[in-house]
Amino acid sequence: MADISSTFLGISSPNPYWLASAPPTDKKYNVLRAFEAGWGGVVWKTLGSQVKNVSSRYSAVDFGGQRVMGFNNIELISDRPLDINLQEIAECVRLFPDRAMIVSLMADNDKKSWHELIKKVEDTGAHGLELNFGCPHGMTERGMGAAVGQDPEIACMVVEWVMEAATLPVITKLTPNVHSVVPTGRSVVKAGTNGLSLINTIQSVTGIDLDTLVPNPYVAGKSVFGGYCGPAVKPIALKMLTTIAQDELTKKVPISGIGGISTWKDAVEFMLLGASNVQVCTAAMKHGFRIIEDLCEGLNNWMDEKGFATLDDFIGKSVPTITHWEDLDINYHHIAKINQDKCIHCGLCYIACEDTSHQSINLTYGKPYNTYTIKEQECVGCNLCQLVCPVDDCITMEEHRVAPEYLNWVEWQKRGLPLNDH
Amino acid sequence: MPVKNNRLTNEQYEASFSDIHPPYESITAAKVDANRCLFCYDAPCMKSCPTSIDVPKFIKQIATENIKGSAKTIFSSNIMGAGCSKVCPVEKLCEGACVYNLLEEEPIPIAKLQRYSTEMAMKEKWQLFERKPSPSGAGGVRRVAIVGAGPAGLSCAHVLSREGIDVTIYEKESKGGGLMTYGIAAYKVTPQFCEDEVNYILSIGGIEIRYNQELGKDITLSQLKKEYDAVYLGIGVGVARQLDIPGEKLEGVTDAIRFIYDIRTKGYPAVPVGDKVAVIGMGMTAIDAATQAKRLGAKEVTLVYRRTEAEKPCTDVELDIARTDGCGIIWLAAPKKIKGTQGKVKQLVCSVMKLGEPDASGRRSPVDTGETFTLDVDMVIKAAGQVPFEKLVKKYNLDNKNGKIVINENCATNIKGVFAGGDAVNGGKEVVDAVQAGKDGARAILKYLAP
Repeated sequence: MADISSTFLGISSPNPYWLASAPPTDKKYNVLRAFEAGWGGVVWKTLGSQVKNVSSRYSAVDFGGQRVMGFNNIELISDRPLDINLQEIAECVRLFPDRAMIVSLMADNDKKSWHELIKKVEDTGAHGLELNFGCPHGMTERGMGAAVGQDPEIACMVVEWVMEAATLPVITKLTPNVHSVVPTGRSVVKAGTNGLSLINTIQSVTGIDLDTLVPNPYVAGKSVFGGYCGPAVKPIALKMLTTIAQDELTKKVPISGIGGISTWKDAVEFMLLGASNVQVCTAAMKHGFRIIEDLCEGLNNWMDEKGFATLDDFIGKSVPTITHWEDLDINYHHIAKINQDKCIHCGLCYIACEDTSHQSINLTYGKPYNTYTIKEQECVGCNLCQLVCPVDDCITMEEHRVAPEYLNWVEWQKRGLPLNDH
Repeated sequence: MPVKNNRLTNEQYEASFSDIHPPYESITAAKVDANRCLFCYDAPCMKSCPTSIDVPKFIKQIATENIKGSAKTIFSSNIMGAGCSKVCPVEKLCEGACVYNLLEEEPIPIAKLQRYSTEMAMKEKWQLFERKPSPSGAGGVRRVAIVGAGPAGLSCAHVLSREGIDVTIYEKESKGGGLMTYGIAAYKVTPQFCEDEVNYILSIGGIEIRYNQELGKDITLSQLKKEYDAVYLGIGVGVARQLDIPGEKLEGVTDAIRFIYDIRTKGYPAVPVGDKVAVIGMGMTAIDAATQAKRLGAKEVTLVYRRTEAEKPCTDVELDIARTDGCGIIWLAAPKKIKGTQGKVKQLVCSVMKLGEPDASGRRSPVDTGETFTLDVDMVIKAAGQVPFEKLVKKYNLDNKNGKIVINENCATNIKGVFAGGDAVNGGKEVVDAVQAGKDGARAILKYLAP
């Protein structure tokens, strides 16, 4: 059995799964249930000034018959009294000393408020702090949350205040509502943050009720941009994570990966792209805390299969494989191949290629089943047919190099080689 | 061993003849299955439907909650799409071709989904088609007479009406729907459903049905030819094939068409069945007769078929219904003689058969071994197929093959302006085949009438 225990900024947990700062972590009752279920740690829902929430608060995007492909919320930071939160945090730490307890913070925009809040939280026995510079709704109108994270200078200033007071490790959570997360990332690393976490939610409108014509979530005839998360945002999160993992400055601090992680495979992908651990929210909100079992078991089995004894053996392993387009090997070529024994004659590869790609698939009429074959000369190796094929391993991409040597675009131009022949 | 009616209580009849394939209870349930559909291109299901319903499209439309669009997609190809969703042998048509079968997975329940959209359309009385205005100018309004308000006739009428033609249908029965109404097991389609379906088809307007008007009795072909611009014969097949064995006239011998007709017209309690019933044949109608005899309270029902299971004309699904209903099956047995006392059936003597050389149908033909066995029965239901209205067809000098009307590639008979289709031409196929024949006939008539 592989060892899936995790250490992040010296904070240890039995597995790399923390619950992200969100409704599942806003009180003792939930957090104890999560720990009982086996979660490695929690980031307690953001503490700050007292706020008031509205009803309703969530909306979702369904896709292809599956609920909650994407999830959206307009909830603010914790609306419970600070002293109750602090007392409950202390109790949770006492009851489950082996689990990570991180507390998310969003103080009012002055040094004194931050210092006071940090002092109170550190007294609970929590193990770390996470700065919420990402919440994209409500708090931003008060100059907090994403309003801080979107401005590298302000973010830098706040982190400097925090670092003056904090004795616990500090993680700064980045907002994706920027063209690049790197400037703020660099700025807060310079200011002394010990680690980074990303991404927070993405501003969104999930949909409109076609009867009332008011978008969701509905609040008395109005709506507001919410924060989008869940499986739909994973690819965006992975991209942003990669930019942080590749930047010379930001890669020096550990990263906690967040954004649509629902399965152990998702978690592995985040870790391969540089996350030392991961945070989960939407999947738990959809299915409950019991999903932690497969998150751990799947990870463990995969590590055993691949021969990774500890998490550190594979964290960041895929980071160097994401490169610049100009560095890609133009002499690499692969061609689709349809396994006729597996083909179920659905025609999805054909119509996708015929209508929207390179007309590289032959249709031989049959009643009721047509036969589909690849026109190898026409195939550009785009993968579309393989992606739409409903049968696993029916369409494979077979390597047919144009030439044996590596050749990139820059060199191609330099040599004056011919442009597209398709 | 009496043949008698009123064997069950009303509750028992109700339970016996309730819907064999219950519908979806909700859109959520329908969407679960609709979302499983892969939306195949040039889909095998569509190609396996005689009316070429765009199955992936109508299922996708259920998934997007465009039920009205879904119903229109179905009805555009098959105006009896609601009835067909209940009576089609989908296991050998659309669902049998579903690509999920190739993954050894359950096919998409196409019929059930089709039923969802079409029944919704009927319930909500959605008028999905608009009649074109009657052609004005030279020739003016075109009038077409159709004989037979069965699937072929109704389908033909609907296409013609959409094109602005005025249609009059002459129907010998007092209700429309043809074999859908009179010849199919009641647990598949109820009489009320059949009536609703006919009314829904007629709701487009421009179609009048004159009931109790039989060709050759109440009306003549020459009369129709004179009064209308074109005539379409969708008269179906009628008479049950005789066994030509001794004892066929005994009391207790009936044919499946008559038996099912009685169930459909007189109501369940009124129809008598025996304690021990033998059903001759293994087609869909034989199954319908056997299962309904059982459901009417017969103690023992035995299907007798002269070939083996491999050659049976019914589908596996149908045979399973009979088996589940507790019907017995004897393969390789041909009726030889029906014995009776005091004019009533007592025994069925069968010849034991074996399979010989393949016949014209490609199936191995049964050969008499000379051995016999005897079944004690008090009722024999003959379901060995139906024969065409040969006399009628010959009376009007229509080209025919053993009574089956011969048509050319334009659905035209040898008599100018007279077209034909459906069972009257093919000798008896599925409802869905007749619907397609009606469409083909209508297109041919439109071409014929075009100025």
